[in-house]
Amino acid sequence: MNTHDNGAKNTLLTPGNVITAIILLVGLFITVLRFTKGIGSVTALDDNNPWGIWISFDLLCGVVLAAGGYTTTSAYYLFGLKHFRSAVRPAITSAFLGYAFVVFALHYDVGQPWRLVYPIFVSQGTTSILFEVGLCVFLYVTVLAIEFSPAVWEWLGIKKLRSLVLPLTIPLTILGVILSTMHQSSLGALYLIAPSKMHPLWYSSFIPVFFFISSMFAGMSMVIFEGILAHKGLHGKMDALHLKQADGVVLAFGKASAFVMMGYLFIRFYGVAMDNNFKYLFTGYGLWFLVETIGFVALPAFLYAMGARERNVSLMKIAAVITVLGVVLNRFNVSQVAFNYQLDASERYFPHWMEIGVSVFVVTLIITAYRFICTKMPVMYEHPEYKDAH
Amino acid sequence: MQRRKFLTLMSAAGLGAALSPASANAAATTSFNGHPEAVGVLHDSVRCIGCRKCEEGCFKVNGQDLPAFKNDPSAQRPDFADLEVLNKKRRTNCNTYTVVNRYQTEKGPVYRKLQCNHCQEPACASACFVKAFVKTPEGPVVYKPELCVGCRYCMVACPFYVPTYDYGSAWNPLVYKCTMCAPRIAKGQLPGCVEACPKEALVFGKRTDLINIARERIQKNPELYDAKVFGESEMGGTNWLYLSPVQHTELAQPELGKTSAPELTSGALGAVAMVAGIWPVLLGGAYAINKRRTKMAQEEAKEAVTTAVATTREEAEAKLQKALAKAEKDKDAAVAREVKKAREEAIQETEAKFAPPQAPDGESTPEDASGKEGDA
Repeated sequence: MNTHDNGAKNTLLTPGNVITAIILLVGLFITVLRFTKGIGSVTALDDNNPWGIWISFDLLCGVVLAAGGYTTTSAYYLFGLKHFRSAVRPAITSAFLGYAFVVFALHYDVGQPWRLVYPIFVSQGTTSILFEVGLCVFLYVTVLAIEFSPAVWEWLGIKKLRSLVLPLTIPLTILGVILSTMHQSSLGALYLIAPSKMHPLWYSSFIPVFFFISSMFAGMSMVIFEGILAHKGLHGKMDALHLKQADGVVLAFGKASAFVMMGYLFIRFYGVAMDNNFKYLFTGYGLWFLVETIGFVALPAFLYAMGARERNVSLMKIAAVITVLGVVLNRFNVSQVAFNYQLDASERYFPHWMEIGVSVFVVTLIITAYRFICTKMPVMYEHPEYKDAH
Repeated sequence: MQRRKFLTLMSAAGLGAALSPASANAAATTSFNGHPEAVGVLHDSVRCIGCRKCEEGCFKVNGQDLPAFKNDPSAQRPDFADLEVLNKKRRTNCNTYTVVNRYQTEKGPVYRKLQCNHCQEPACASACFVKAFVKTPEGPVVYKPELCVGCRYCMVACPFYVPTYDYGSAWNPLVYKCTMCAPRIAKGQLPGCVEACPKEALVFGKRTDLINIARERIQKNPELYDAKVFGESEMGGTNWLYLSPVQHTELAQPELGKTSAPELTSGALGAVAMVAGIWPVLLGGAYAINKRRTKMAQEEAKEAVTTAVATTREEAEAKLQKALAKAEKDKDAAVAREVKKAREEAIQETEAKFAPPQAPDGESTPEDASGKEGDA
């Protein structure tokens, strides 16, 4: 099968490995500080700004960028688009890792991480949007773990467990879309409770819808984006089917993204129109709002559409990168730029370098885990023994 | 009775959410106006002189529970006689439940006291995912530290920036905020700040009475007071109420609507039930439709092949008959052999031509959906 890891096999001292090692060491150092000296010793958080980049990036971006799991599985299993076959496992793998590390990163952010199960098992605050987020993420991590597990069973050769899990594929896919709809939208709904603290251009009663719709094209664009990275680092692990379908996946998801993004642009405009917030468009915040919506939604949507018409895969890859950046920008705009906009500049939040350090640490862990899994397990290729199973 | 009540609740919740996301509350025709017996405090900025005695009174009651003083009796106490601090904008923090700020207005310096407003429908309690905040019918919003996970969503949610966090603690960081001195109230005592106020700028009592007192003061001296009682309706009303000689916004009170925090999120929470109910139908439907269409396409293809093969067989048979007739006529065995060969060839050729196409993951059941199609 696929064992051609040619380059850099004999030495561990590659630049990539050295950088990874440094990041991991710094991450461990900050981790020790965080859990011995408290959150205050490693963050710039304060009483006005309780949520920093560990929420904006690790939670909000982490969850939305892991949406490729539900978009790809529903495209393949539910809508019957067979040319997504080879994209399913990589998408489930990255979604599972994405969510698992969202939960991991939350242990840094909450004050008493050993109580993270309280909302589910001890005291259920059912009136809270965050309760819904917590419950859905908890359930969805479980769903993703099961969906991902066949790769592990095939790797370990445990056929019994594999055949136990496979009949669950369709119900799990449907459950995954339900849970994703709920918590993707609920992450936006978290901000519904604080209208007085949010800039009107980003506050709308439709914010849950905005978050959910944007998760669709975020997920699809992430599949394309991860494909770019995977072809750089893990090309040798891909089988013929994966390589054959790769461009088709880009074209199909790019085209779908173009459509969804056009709809999204319309509802974002409607959000401004409904609350008659046009006057804010001519302020600094308005300009920034236009940068986000025109520069990072309309533009990549247009590039995607052009790429679809000309069947230009490279153009679509560029569009995917801009789209992913745009979704990250949106989540930061909601949670940092718009939130507390009315406070003095001196009262606003800017992350401590160690907060960034933890986020970089987490991303590095995800990439390392992803590389490990794709190297060992049948993700980018199909396990020869199970190719024609049943 | 129980069952009927359950069904009524269910249908009310369902219908409410379905008809209008903004009123997922079952009780669309009633409104909650606070617990009738709840107590609160009225702060009158016309009377307040900014002496910080309330801060000191608060510290006397609560100081020993605050992180900086809890385990360190030698920690330096704040100097409440120092009025210089009024020159800068202050806020509450985990070591100070209340502060007084000074605002320069056209009517001279005006003081406002900040602490938890003990909302009638608190954002913090609505936002807390472990119910660590409870609105008591007596009035105070109390915190249960033993449940707190430390997510700090209460701090995001609170429109008054009241809950604070002990970021310095590694093992037991908690939220800190004014308790309205709930334990003292339960014993029939006044809150620490109210007891300490030398100018009666703070009045403790039943919220409904406080509103009457506030109105009376405005009516008696309309030139001294702004007409608005802040807290009467803000985000569903608060149990702390404020009178001011100038517009409340000049004292940095936030501009808030009347909608309570729970109402702001109830629509989104109601939609959850809708998604859980209808998504399985839509998605399961999409799956079933695709499965059915694939099956229909396969059946059509199969039928076409069967028909084609039958037609060819007939044609070949006819050819054979014709050839046989000819052979019989000629009585030539060699020719007859040729004819037989021709027949076989014809069948083979058509079978190859109309061989069933590779089924595209045909009759796939859920379990083999991921395992099949290895031929692709």
